[in-house]
Amino acid sequence: MPPVVLQMACIAGLLGLAVLAIILSRSKAATAVVYGATLALSAIALTGAIRWLLGDTTKPGDLVLPIGLPWLGAHFRLDALAGFFLVVVNLGGAAASLYGLGYGRHDHAPYRVLPFFPAFLAGMNLVVLADDAFSYLLCWEFMSLASWALVMAHHREAGNARAGYVYLVMASFGTLALLLAFGLLAGPAGDYGFAAIRATQHTPYTATLVLILMLLGAGSKAGLVPLHVWLPLAHPAAPSHVSALMSGVMTKVAIYGFIRVIFDLLGQPGWPASAVVLFLGGITAAMGILYAMMERDLKRLLAYSTIENVGIIFTSLGLAMAFQANGQKLAAALAFTAALFHVLNHSFFKSLLFFGAGAVLTATGERDMDRLGGLIHRMPLTSFVVLVGCVAISALPPFNGFVSEWLIFQAVLQSPELPQWALKIMVPAIGALLALAAALAAACFVKAYGVAFLGRPRSVAAETAGEVDRFSLAAMFILAALCLLAGILPGLVIDALSPVAMQILGSRMPIQVNEPWLSIVPIAESRSSYNGLLVMVFITISASLAVYFIHRFASHALRRGPAWGCGFSDPTPAAQYSGGSFAQPIRRVFGTLAFHARDHVEMPAPGDIRPARLRIELHDLIWEGMYEPIAAAVGLSSEKLNRLQFLTIRRYLSLVFATLVTLLLVLAIWS
Amino acid sequence: MQMHSLAFDVSHTLAGGLVLISFMMLYQDRLYSLLNVFALHAVVLSLSVAWQAFVQDAPHLYITAIIALVFKAIVIPVALHRIVKQLGIHRDIEAAVGIGPTMLAGMALVALSMVLMLRVTADADPLAREDLAFALSVVLLGLLVMVTRRNAVSQVVGFMSLENGLVLAATGAKGMPLVVEISVAFSILIAFIVIGIFLFRIRERFDSVDVSALDDFRGERR
Repeated sequence: MPPVVLQMACIAGLLGLAVLAIILSRSKAATAVVYGATLALSAIALTGAIRWLLGDTTKPGDLVLPIGLPWLGAHFRLDALAGFFLVVVNLGGAAASLYGLGYGRHDHAPYRVLPFFPAFLAGMNLVVLADDAFSYLLCWEFMSLASWALVMAHHREAGNARAGYVYLVMASFGTLALLLAFGLLAGPAGDYGFAAIRATQHTPYTATLVLILMLLGAGSKAGLVPLHVWLPLAHPAAPSHVSALMSGVMTKVAIYGFIRVIFDLLGQPGWPASAVVLFLGGITAAMGILYAMMERDLKRLLAYSTIENVGIIFTSLGLAMAFQANGQKLAAALAFTAALFHVLNHSFFKSLLFFGAGAVLTATGERDMDRLGGLIHRMPLTSFVVLVGCVAISALPPFNGFVSEWLIFQAVLQSPELPQWALKIMVPAIGALLALAAALAAACFVKAYGVAFLGRPRSVAAETAGEVDRFSLAAMFILAALCLLAGILPGLVIDALSPVAMQILGSRMPIQVNEPWLSIVPIAESRSSYNGLLVMVFITISASLAVYFIHRFASHALRRGPAWGCGFSDPTPAAQYSGGSFAQPIRRVFGTLAFHARDHVEMPAPGDIRPARLRIELHDLIWEGMYEPIAAAVGLSSEKLNRLQFLTIRRYLSLVFATLVTLLLVLAIWS
Repeated sequence: MQMHSLAFDVSHTLAGGLVLISFMMLYQDRLYSLLNVFALHAVVLSLSVAWQAFVQDAPHLYITAIIALVFKAIVIPVALHRIVKQLGIHRDIEAAVGIGPTMLAGMALVALSMVLMLRVTADADPLAREDLAFALSVVLLGLLVMVTRRNAVSQVVGFMSLENGLVLAATGAKGMPLVVEISVAFSILIAFIVIGIFLFRIRERFDSVDVSALDDFRGERR
């Protein structure tokens, strides 16, 4: 079977499964059947996509189905880029299905989730495979709607309805932008096939408009600041395995859309475009992680961290655009490969962390970090894999997050070679923003892990928590193992990504497998190289030695005594160092600028027995400064226009008459 | 050549006469006189169409002329007379805008349609050009009648004079098939029937055909 047919067969299976799920949904076996089947189908599709990516990708597989518009049909195409994103989608899909086998059993209304889950997976697969604008937009909307239905699965919980509403508005807006972008790309000839769009020479004016529209359309789905507002509302509202898919995979599908249109269809948009992408990416990375730092809801924190990672990926894509515009093929391939590598990595560890958050939610029913704590004793296995995820997302060696961010910084270090002074100055500044974001991410996940898993339980729920089921654990352990594997064998991943870079940019990074000791050497040995395996061996040996020496030479006598209180001498767990306490120094430094943060201390008067209180005031400046005025303007104008509903017949006629006369006047004056 | 110029002059006169009669509609403040003016409007229309039939050597346009004469000049005005009499409708028309401003607006509309049509159809047949310009004036004046009158019957009359303008435009251009004219005529008849029933309904319910009664019924204030 040709690979593209195999993929389409899997998608058809998923769509069929969605229908089956509706029929089955009220039965007890439905959860096991549906997630089992999605697991099998995703695994088949994943194997097919990996085999395709590792094989000969120079001859893309095409498929035209006689559905959709009658004279157009639906075109699908499997090339290297699509193959890579199919790997990301189906890996995430398989992991989420495996996790769902266990997690789904706790769902009190599975019939709200089961039909849409396979449909959502099918939609993401279809977007990646679509090869004409019509199918692309249709599949994109299908994906959005399926994910919206999943966000609304628990619609009675507080805030979920609003999240669904905001998501729907932003998704419609994004699709409108995409629609206009494809309309511009197709041009007056109106051929909506991607092959025809690719062959057309686009004017700089069109290219600029398409870039702006794609940043609006794909950027709003991916979560670029300031279009990110729906993301921290909608992603946490969905069930956790769906949150993992939305954060880990759907944002990647949006990034795929951006790469497909800007790099593949549009050709070369020129260096000023890259500056825009770089700037937006840098701002997104820094703002995303600052938001995450202020958050105390575990899943919202993860959603904000997704925004940060999307910013990192966009920065890297911007670098690739800058290098490509100046004909620096090798550096462009480096930046592009780094972006793809981070896409893959983020799908690993963000899915893993959302699964962990879901496990905590299952075990305790809590998402608020300040009501958790001490889970490492009650959920040791979950705590271990979540720790792996936290280390990976904080970009610490020997895990995968470090490798991709290291590659991105290697690309940043190539910036002095750029001829434009604007870029020469801008790229290191953006690099500094990225470094700041990386450091803040580490702090953020130290906070998340420390507050939720360490210390003493802050609530009864956290105290009585138990380990989760083995399906959930299996999914998390597989992802953790993948994080480690991609971290210690990055050369293999880079080589697997090279056909994609070859297809999109016409160049690739040097072959890495032949380097001694599985090192990776992005540019030249003399400049820089990294060896994940050696780092891991070193970490293992030094840690083992340290443990050995401590146990061998330290005193074995058990002592009990009044410890230094560290502000924790009060016996109630509520007095522990909390998430808010941890974030306080960073709030002091950045909060005034980014959030207009204020701390109010309410001191009772002497003799008053009321406790003193510390109140923190935070403002979401983007929401208040951008979205609220827009909403107010829409509300005001609709209130004014509402009067038009209640006019007399004669006034309606007058309106028609006035319109007619105005149009005629316009014609008379301008013709 | 002599004949052509005569044909042009006569059709020009008739179309101009139609515009003039549309102006006459604007200042009628009695229902019966408005209906009479409308009948005159239809007569002039049928004359114009007949002249076009003669000039264009298109015998089927005579049918249109006869339709216009019989239905619009005789049947509909007579029927409306009967309705007004039977229902005992107030015979004076309440104008929303005064006569003077209405006439000024009408003149402005005619000027607009002249300027527009003569410019847009610069390279068309001069006969058709003039005809179209007049037809647009008649349409706009018909709309103006509808907008400036509060009485339902006068709105019906305005609507039908608007349709007369459309027929004028359709016959002015050479080679319009008959089907179109018949459908136009029938659409007017149907509109008349519908509106007639509508009037009865208003009469039954509110004892008046002043459309403001409808607004009162909906709880509106003006």
